[in-house]
Amino acid sequence: MRALLAVLLSLVAPFALAHKPSDSYLALRAEGAQVAGQWDIALRDLDFAVGLDDNGDGNITWGEVKAHHADITAYALARLRLRSGGADCPADATEHLIDDHSDGAYAVIRFAAACAGEIRILEINYSLFADLDPQHKGLLRLEHGEGTRTAIFSPERATQKFKLAEFSVLAQFLDYGREGVWHIWIGFDHILFLLSLLLPAVLVLRDARWEAIGKFRPAFWDVFKIVTSFTVAHSITLSLAALSVISLPSRLVESGIAMSVVLAALNNVFPLVKERRWVVAFAFGLIHGFGFASVLKDLGLPQGTLLLALVGFNLGVEAGQLAIVSAFLPAAYRLRAGWLYRRLVFVGGSWVIAAIAGIWLIERAFNLKLISP
Amino acid sequence: MSPSNTVTRITRTSIIGTAIKGVLRALAVAALGAAAHAAPFLPADEGAVLERLPVRPGDPISRELRRLRADLAADPQDLDVALQLAQRYFELAGAEGDPRYVGYAEAALKPWWSLEDPPLEARVMRAILNQYSHNFSAAMRDLDVAVRADSRNALAWSWRAAIHMVQADYAAARTDCEALRGIENELGVVGCMAYVDSTTGRAANAHRALSEALARVARASADEKVWALTRLAEMSLRQGDTKRAEGHFRAALGLRVRDQFLLAAWADFLLDQNRPAEVVTLLKDWIRSDILLLRLALAEKAMGAAAADEHIQALTARFDAAALRGDKLHQQEEARFNLYLLGQKQKALALALENWKLQREPRDARILLEAALAMNDPAAAKDALAWLNRSGHEDPGIRRTAEKLKALAP
Repeated sequence: MRALLAVLLSLVAPFALAHKPSDSYLALRAEGAQVAGQWDIALRDLDFAVGLDDNGDGNITWGEVKAHHADITAYALARLRLRSGGADCPADATEHLIDDHSDGAYAVIRFAAACAGEIRILEINYSLFADLDPQHKGLLRLEHGEGTRTAIFSPERATQKFKLAEFSVLAQFLDYGREGVWHIWIGFDHILFLLSLLLPAVLVLRDARWEAIGKFRPAFWDVFKIVTSFTVAHSITLSLAALSVISLPSRLVESGIAMSVVLAALNNVFPLVKERRWVVAFAFGLIHGFGFASVLKDLGLPQGTLLLALVGFNLGVEAGQLAIVSAFLPAAYRLRAGWLYRRLVFVGGSWVIAAIAGIWLIERAFNLKLISP
Repeated sequence: MSPSNTVTRITRTSIIGTAIKGVLRALAVAALGAAAHAAPFLPADEGAVLERLPVRPGDPISRELRRLRADLAADPQDLDVALQLAQRYFELAGAEGDPRYVGYAEAALKPWWSLEDPPLEARVMRAILNQYSHNFSAAMRDLDVAVRADSRNALAWSWRAAIHMVQADYAAARTDCEALRGIENELGVVGCMAYVDSTTGRAANAHRALSEALARVARASADEKVWALTRLAEMSLRQGDTKRAEGHFRAALGLRVRDQFLLAAWADFLLDQNRPAEVVTLLKDWIRSDILLLRLALAEKAMGAAAADEHIQALTARFDAAALRGDKLHQQEEARFNLYLLGQKQKALALALENWKLQREPRDARILLEAALAMNDPAAAKDALAWLNRSGHEDPGIRRTAEKLKALAP
């Protein structure tokens, strides 16, 4: 008989369901690096998720809600992720209240979240009840300064980004510049490549033996040519890739970068290219540019000020390189005549670099995990 | 809605033309509304009941749901358990009128929900749940595949009929009902066909066929009888026989089945008969249900009862909340609310037109025609008038409104 009933009921189904669906109300106020939040979640929904009606009488009392405050907080805040500047902004509940909405009583969680720095773009990931009720929606009201924005979260639109501060052109330029510096600083493969090319700059090859260079000026010009040609080359490919003129598979790019480090380091031990190392820097710099581009794409390129971002990022990379060079060159020049530099740093260092990069090459080319972070 | 808005609107609607008493009443209502929405609060008493659950944890249905949920948690890929759970939730959605249960049912079917080619039963259930959210095209795609794969799937055929009825595709609905012959018992087949007939100008035939079938099927359950009697009442109304309609309604109510559709239809009948006091008695404990609260507020307004303001305010808050979530499921009801309770004719017409794009049943046509008449805008109602012509629908009230609109047309 059940089947017949289902058939009959189907014929009145389009009557709209009489009750409001499940929603939560999320109000956020962002100020500086802080987010103050108030989250209203229906007690009925919380009861389904964590169980509130302890005595099973069908009534949810204030005492029962209070006894579950820790559960409610843990459950809810684990399903709301606020992020800014690539880092989570951890949230803590500050107060528990109750509010009456048009369809019943809601638990009100007030919370505070702290981000690492001033929030320019707030990323919100909302997954409350996504596994229990895919029809549930989160209704967001986001206040910042004078402005208020609203948005709707659902399992299909679980992550949304909100630009809070209009970036000033200068701030944006500096931001991308900083990212460039940072990327050189954490990009060990780029640093090792540069070092491999720089190590011989304070030496000269005489009769197949490396000897200390006589004057600082030719060493400086050698370094200058290497760094500049590396920068010019990676700027070209970085821009072409960022503008989507050329795109290469990242496995190829990353393997190519590792290969360039291996070859540059081995060239110190078994010199093939002796004079024009800036040509090597240029040629391999083209490959490194594609590597930078993937970073820039991850950061997200501003549509209106694309060129500015590119120039900023390139200059940042350049500044990072200069910092490395200015630390390296004086020290290397001073130590160039001794055994320590010529045997240990130069030959030993080159072998170590070649070995590390060789492992990277295998990892990246064959998609393995051997050592590297 | 913010408290200050509430105060302004309530104050404006209730002060007009009244003396101090009216002002005081308005202020009292506004204060009540403001208190309800003012701010989150800390309940004073641990024993204060904040919420009543519609289904108690100890009820048999709760125990069954808990058992099925535990079974499914142990093996989320168990299609039989998932379907049973989805079916129970789906029935609960109908009984309680709460769309949450549709979401719970969808969650139970999660492993199959996005599959290109799910098992047949999961596909039919997905279609049923999709039509609840008014995803008619997705639902119909699944049902097409289902009936091609299994031409004896009564559930799939009947849901096709239901969706075709909403889309006013009566020829297709008739084909679907025909397909039920031989695979569904008499009440189902006759009920399906009578539903199409009574919408397309053959209410007398439909009434005769369905009442005979009901008399013959001795072992019909109370739910099935309620369904048939409610349809018989509707058919009587379309023939203009209010007395017989009332008899059917009373017979259905006498079966004591909790059925919001029956209550809504009976309340609409009483409102049309200008008997609002009976609606207030009938629905005073149903304020949780949006569709029934709307009818209650209409009745209270017709009687000039004080509670009308409070209930209009509650409905405003609920429609605002639905708008916030981007819902378009309640536009027919919202149009009626705007037209008769807020006096917002223009907004009512816009909503009725928007609703007509999605749903084309007689009650959708009715609100569109009434809103167009209120706005003196026969052109806006041309699609509904064309539908009336094409379907041959008989409802005397709808026909009268249509005649008035045609008289306005140049």
